[in-house]
Parts: sequence; structure tokens; C-alpha cells
Amino acid sequence: MDATIRGQAFVVGDNVDTDQIIPAEYLSYNPAVPDERAMFGRYAMSGVPASESGLPDGNVPFADDAGGFALIVAGRNFGCGSSREHAPLALAVAGCRAVVAESYARIFYRNSINGGYVLPLETPARLVEAVRTGDEVELDAAACRLVNHTTGEAYELTPPGDAAEIIASGGIFAYARERGLLEPKT
Amino acid sequence: MPMTITEKILAAHAGRDSVRPGQTVWCDVDVLMTHDVCGPGSIGVFREQFGADARVWDPTCVVIVPDHYIFTAEPRAHRNVEILRDFVREQGIEHYYDPDFITAGCEGIPPAYEDPAATSYRGVCHVALPQNGHTRPGELLLGTDSHTCTHGAFGAFATGIGNTEAGFVLGAGKLWLRVPPSMRFTFNGAMPDYLMAKDLILHVIGEIGVDGATYAAMEFDGEAIRSLDMDERCTICNMAIEAGGKNGIIAADETTLAYVRDRAADDAPEPVVYESDADAEYAATYTLDAGALAPTVARPHSPGNRATAGELSDVRIDRAYIGSCTGGKTADFAAAARVLAGREVAVETFIVPATTEVDADLDRVQVDGQSLRAIFAAAGCTIGPASCAACLGGPADTFGRANEPLTVVSTTNRNFPGRMGHKEAQIYLASPLTAAASAVAGRITDPRDSLTR
Repeated sequence: MDATIRGQAFVVGDNVDTDQIIPAEYLSYNPAVPDERAMFGRYAMSGVPASESGLPDGNVPFADDAGGFALIVAGRNFGCGSSREHAPLALAVAGCRAVVAESYARIFYRNSINGGYVLPLETPARLVEAVRTGDEVELDAAACRLVNHTTGEAYELTPPGDAAEIIASGGIFAYARERGLLEPKT
Repeated sequence: MPMTITEKILAAHAGRDSVRPGQTVWCDVDVLMTHDVCGPGSIGVFREQFGADARVWDPTCVVIVPDHYIFTAEPRAHRNVEILRDFVREQGIEHYYDPDFITAGCEGIPPAYEDPAATSYRGVCHVALPQNGHTRPGELLLGTDSHTCTHGAFGAFATGIGNTEAGFVLGAGKLWLRVPPSMRFTFNGAMPDYLMAKDLILHVIGEIGVDGATYAAMEFDGEAIRSLDMDERCTICNMAIEAGGKNGIIAADETTLAYVRDRAADDAPEPVVYESDADAEYAATYTLDAGALAPTVARPHSPGNRATAGELSDVRIDRAYIGSCTGGKTADFAAAARVLAGREVAVETFIVPATTEVDADLDRVQVDGQSLRAIFAAAGCTIGPASCAACLGGPADTFGRANEPLTVVSTTNRNFPGRMGHKEAQIYLASPLTAAASAVAGRITDPRDSLTR
């Protein structure tokens, strides 16, 4: 995981489910095939209803040719629903590197850190109304601190606890190999 | 130390005497299930991480069930089935249920099986696994599908995982899990004949919210739960994930053991029955009276958006859909048939058996002396082949998919925006009784009026 993530924020509300993050019609692409893996970036967040896509105004496409959004700010229960790992993968392929939400659905959270796709951090304060889509934000992952350079506000985030070690390793395979739980990769 | 069923199963699989909520443990896996949507990616992770010549940890413990994108002309969907077939051959995977009607170079929508009893194909994984003896009390079962929590209905610990985790399990046979705190939901009283398991779980999700059980074990018990057959118990545990639950679980009893023994392979281990200790600790306990509940519906666009069917009687519908791992089991169709016998539907009504066994049951099971299939045909329903079909939308040519902004009453599990296809489609989740009564009336209808004639 990167120590510092800086870029534009994309803001969504509560209960953004994995069907919104990557609609089921795209799941026939195989993430193990590089050309097909790229398609997940194109359709990332395409299931979010237009009025909710990029708050507060909505109607902002998440995946565009301009390089996309580095960080998602969300409300409660981000990533609920399906176990599809295509969801955090799609965010990563689209250029997103972290999510800051009030809470996560557990499978999305596990997929994000076990696969090393995006850094999912929790915020004790609701930031959905405090950050606007397009604001320039900077996340200091080690310090668990988010700065909104557009407004000058800074926010303390919740340290990830037990998951920190897997996050530091970059995923479950690296974590297990570092601890001798798996043979080294050949 | 007193423990819940969930804690006992995790402790046994972590090689410990006891575990506590919040503790992270590495657990041995008894069964790993995957399907056509997440299998190819999981296989890709396995090969990438363990090497091209790697072998799975135990080819007898992997169950592969193509079920999601089967009856579609989408070429990548056919290709994904081929990836599963190659992997099964290469690894000697013992339990694989092939859609044998998808031939090499298949173009267009594959022709459905002619005889549901004469195909290697089964259909929806969460119904096929118990039917084929893969779901056993006391075991630890992981699957690349969020509704893997269904299997907790058999007194097993079962939960959904991602592709990377499945790739890890394929090679290592174990996975880290954080022990969830347990929440207990006790349904006292007899189960009224107008209610189904779907009403109970929709009531609970409405009560605690779609994140009310995030990372918790949801344990169900009480007289009403004990009276349910295995199909109905599966419906309850199936939707634990819609409240954010890590797993749903019901202690195994005689009903469970009778079902499991009937389906077990000859060499299957003796089931291990765990019960929660009387002084086990729960993060929350809810006591409900089944008889006090009304037929329950989840309005668009959240499984937690609760109302009673009676409150929604002015909602006109365009379509009814009865199917999926949640609402496409034999008990679900038997219930729908109680309402549809001798009646005609007022809106297009799709019947999708979860598995080929359920499909065969449409001929074997009777209500009022008529087979379910005959009742549905006479009522004007359209019956499709077994698969996940329109529950999760899927490719545009999927049977029953909402390609227009329709209002649908559905026995499935999720009504998120776009879940069944069109983003503006309005999906109301309900029991098969409520869905059938609504199909007849053309608007959302409390089934009590249809059952008392």
C-alpha cells in the first residue's frame, strides 16, 4: 500500500452495494485475463444511480479518461451485497487507491485487503457532507489522517487493527509467506 | 468456557479448545465451493500464486457448481464453463456438476436439458450442495458467493469469500477468520400457515437494518424455527448476509440429520452436532412471536426497507418472479402452488427452479391432486430451466431479467438498484405465498385472503 495517496475525491452515500460498484452483466469478464481485467476499470461504479454518482451534485461518471479519482469517500456499509472480488478490483483498475467510509460490509473489506486492491479505512465522523466530489484530498495511510486541501480541513481516521499487518504486507499471500505459512513463490 | 455454535465450530477447525469473538484464527476448511462467475478468477489466483503445476490441497473437498450465466448466448460465459472443465480435469476435482448441454463451440443460448434427472448439471449452488450431500453439520464451508451463509441452516459454519481468498484456500486448505460475535434470534410460537421463513428474515432485516449484523453470527432458534423443513431453514440463513452477517446458523436437530443422512455419500464422516451453551455470550438477543408477524415485504431498493404486504395493496405490479437460492426451492413452489391452484395470474409470472432436482419435483410434488408444473401451467406462468437466472440480472438475454423499468414482486434476496437488470426497475422482495397472491391480483397482496377460500 502507498504511504501517501493524493488526488481527487469521489463521494457517495450509504449502502453502496457491489452491484452498483460493478454490475453483474460485466462479471463474465475473467479478471485473470489482462485485457478483460481492464474492462472492470471502465465499468467501475457504473451501477450507482446517476443522482447519487459523485455527491453532492450527482451525475459525475467515476471512470473517465481524465485519470479518475484517487479516493472514494462513502457513508455506512460500503460494499454490501455480493462477494464479487471484481468490486475492489474494479476500483483499483480505475485508478482508485483508497476508500474512506463510516463502515464496510465485511466481505468487501476482506477482499480489499486480502487482494491488496484498495486501502479501506474507517472514519469515525461522517464525511459524506464534508467532502465534495472533485475536492483535492491527501491520505496519510500510516498516520490514518485525511486532509481536504480544498477546504483545509483534516480528519483523523480509525486505525485498522489486526488487518494492519495484512495491509502492510500488501495482501494475504505476501502476509502468509512472510510468516512461513506458505512456501516462497517459485 | 461457554461458547456459541459458531465459536465451537471455529475453535474445532482452528485446533483450539476455545475461541473468543474478535480473535483472529487460521481455520482448516472442509469444503470449498465455487461457480462459473468467481471460479475462473479464483483459479487464476491459484495458478499465479502457487505455480502452473500446483495441485489443490484436496480434490475431494472442492465442489464446483456452474449456475450463474448458463442459459445465455454470451460467449465469455461459455468460455468460463470451459475454464472450469479444464481445471476439474487437470486437478481431478471429484465433485463437479457440468452443464453437459453447453457443447464445445456452442453458439447462441444453449438448449436446456431435456430431462432434469438425466443431466450432470444441477443449477444453483446453494441448493445443489445440500441436495448432493456436500453440506454437513459441524463443518466449515467456504464459497465464492455471498449467499454461502445459506449452509449454516445445517449447523455448519459457512460464509462467502472472494477470489483471492478462494485461490489461497485452493492451495493451502485454510484461511484466517476473525471470530464473529453472535446475535441470537428466537422465534417462539407455532408458525402460521400464511407465513414463510422469508417473512421472518425480512422482518429481522427490517428490524436491525442492512448493516445491523455486520460481521456477526446470526443464530436462529425457537419453536417456529424448529418446525421448519430444511428448505425453509435455508431461506432464513441465506439472507443473513442482507443484514451484513458473517454467517447464519441453526443448530442441527433430527430434521437436519434425517435430511443429511438421506443425502450423504457412503464414506461421509458422521455429522458433528454442536449446540450453543446455555450460558454462552451473545452481543444481542431478540425474542419474537412468529404468530404476531404479518406477511412481510422489502420495498425498493433495500432488503431492509420493510413493510407488510397489506400496507402495499395499492402497488400495482408488472411481473412476478419465483426463483433463486432464496425462493426457488421445492418448498417455495409448493407454497406458491397453494395459492395458484385453480387461479390465473394477472401479470407475467416467471417460475425458475433453483436446481434440476427442484425442476423434477415440479412433476413429483402435488397440491390438491395436481402436480406443481400442471398448476403453474394452468395458471399461465412461464417456467424456465434451473439456474440463478434473473436474480442478479446477468447478461441481457437472461430468462426473466427486468430489461425495462418494471415493477416486480420477487422471491429473491436483493432489490438493490439494477440488481435484476434495469436501474429504475422497482423490486419488491416477498415470500412465495405473497408473490403468488400478488401475481393473481396484479398488485401486492397479503396471501391470507387467497388461502381462506
